[in-house]
Amino acid sequence: MQLLTVSQLNVYLRDLLDADDLLRDVWVAGEISSFSRHFSGHCYFTLKEGEAQIGAVMWKSTASRLATLPVNGEAVLAHGRVAFYEVRGQVQLYVDMLRPAGMGLLQAQFERLKERLAAEGLFDPSRKRPLPLLPHRIGIVTSPTGAALQDMLNILRRRYPLAEVIFAPCRVQGAGAADTIIDALYALYEIGVDVIIVARGGGAAEDLWTFNDEQVARAVFASPVPVVSGVGHETDTTIIDFVADVRAPTPSAAAELVSPDIAELTDDIAQMRNRLGAAMTQRLANARETVARLKLHLDLRSPESRIRRDRQRIDEFIRRATTTVERRITLARARLDGERGRLEALSPLATLERGYAVVQSSQGTLITDASQVAPDESIEIVVRRGHFRARVEPQSPADSTANDWKKQIQT
Amino acid sequence: MTRTIEPAPGDEYEMLYSRLQQIVEQLESGDLPLAQALALYEEGVATAEACQRLLDHAALRVRTLMDGGDRSPAVTETDA
Repeated sequence: MQLLTVSQLNVYLRDLLDADDLLRDVWVAGEISSFSRHFSGHCYFTLKEGEAQIGAVMWKSTASRLATLPVNGEAVLAHGRVAFYEVRGQVQLYVDMLRPAGMGLLQAQFERLKERLAAEGLFDPSRKRPLPLLPHRIGIVTSPTGAALQDMLNILRRRYPLAEVIFAPCRVQGAGAADTIIDALYALYEIGVDVIIVARGGGAAEDLWTFNDEQVARAVFASPVPVVSGVGHETDTTIIDFVADVRAPTPSAAAELVSPDIAELTDDIAQMRNRLGAAMTQRLANARETVARLKLHLDLRSPESRIRRDRQRIDEFIRRATTTVERRITLARARLDGERGRLEALSPLATLERGYAVVQSSQGTLITDASQVAPDESIEIVVRRGHFRARVEPQSPADSTANDWKKQIQT
Repeated sequence: MTRTIEPAPGDEYEMLYSRLQQIVEQLESGDLPLAQALALYEEGVATAEACQRLLDHAALRVRTLMDGGDRSPAVTETDA
């Protein structure tokens, strides 16, 4: 048991309330009473429901955001935190959002579901899939009677008539509509399409409510292929817009998003044709260049040019050989001339030139001794030019031996 | 009541178009033998024409799944 002062108790109570998660972020449904607006701009009132009531404060900043201030007796949804006001010893609701009930209630449900699904990861940007570039089969989930279907079909017919549309009709509003949407989605999952559009034309917020259904959201989340939502108008946002892989502002926009434009496809083909032609032209130019290059190589290596080169070399050899031989001949001739000179100097013909003669017997024997001849013998005398015959005279006393003759010459 | 769906025109188009892309890239790589390049070129031109023909003659096909009470998809063809 403990003794506390009042302020100690109040601080304890304050901390106790502050520590509670639920009380920090809560929607409270009730009826306004004792509404008063202080001159500071802050508003004070009581929220009642039957016999129960709680004091509420709404600061000027929150009050100024409201289109109209609440009046006593009005049913509202108030969002805020519950805290302990120590000065008065009272538990109070500090309101930071105030909505009329009715639509407000739905909106509150919407916010709650959105938060819950977000926390679960259904809106995770990392799981958004890109749309296929060329969807062969496009699944459409919408009402068979609405204008949205015809709008979408017109756009697909114009932009991408290659596609096949698998239309899964559903009801888009009223009781049980959510189930028909879920059935339509699963039918498409089963049959197999490349992309799915879930669409509904514009309508009042309440009319779009089917697309805020948790089970519809989960069915969209389960899709094996990308889903595009196109619900209502630009300004409308539903839960499946968050779950879908791509959010389109309207059904028509959804049809445009899933379909490539046939004009672009035609351009693509034309471009491919151009590239084809350019590549072929280039290839032919390359081939021509290669042939020219090979021809050049061939010419350089042809036997003809080899022969031309060899012939040149042979000519050179012949020229050099001729020169050498000619020089040798000149040399030999000079030497020969020298030898001939010497030979001529030694020849008996040179002696004959000087007036001497050679005496031979008729048999051709050279006569060098007087005893070799007898009187009347015919002898042959050879002189410088020609020869003649002579007869030896009978010996006279003047005849002497060779020695005598020599003596005679000497005297 | 059929459960199988025959190929959509888009299947054929995509097949032809990706073949066309393949041919163009192969031809642009530039190191093919001339005879092969010529054959590819001819095939490319024919493929491009086939693609264009598909686009020119395409008519959006719409099939409607009928609610058979269960989730089995029944298909009927309707005029687009």
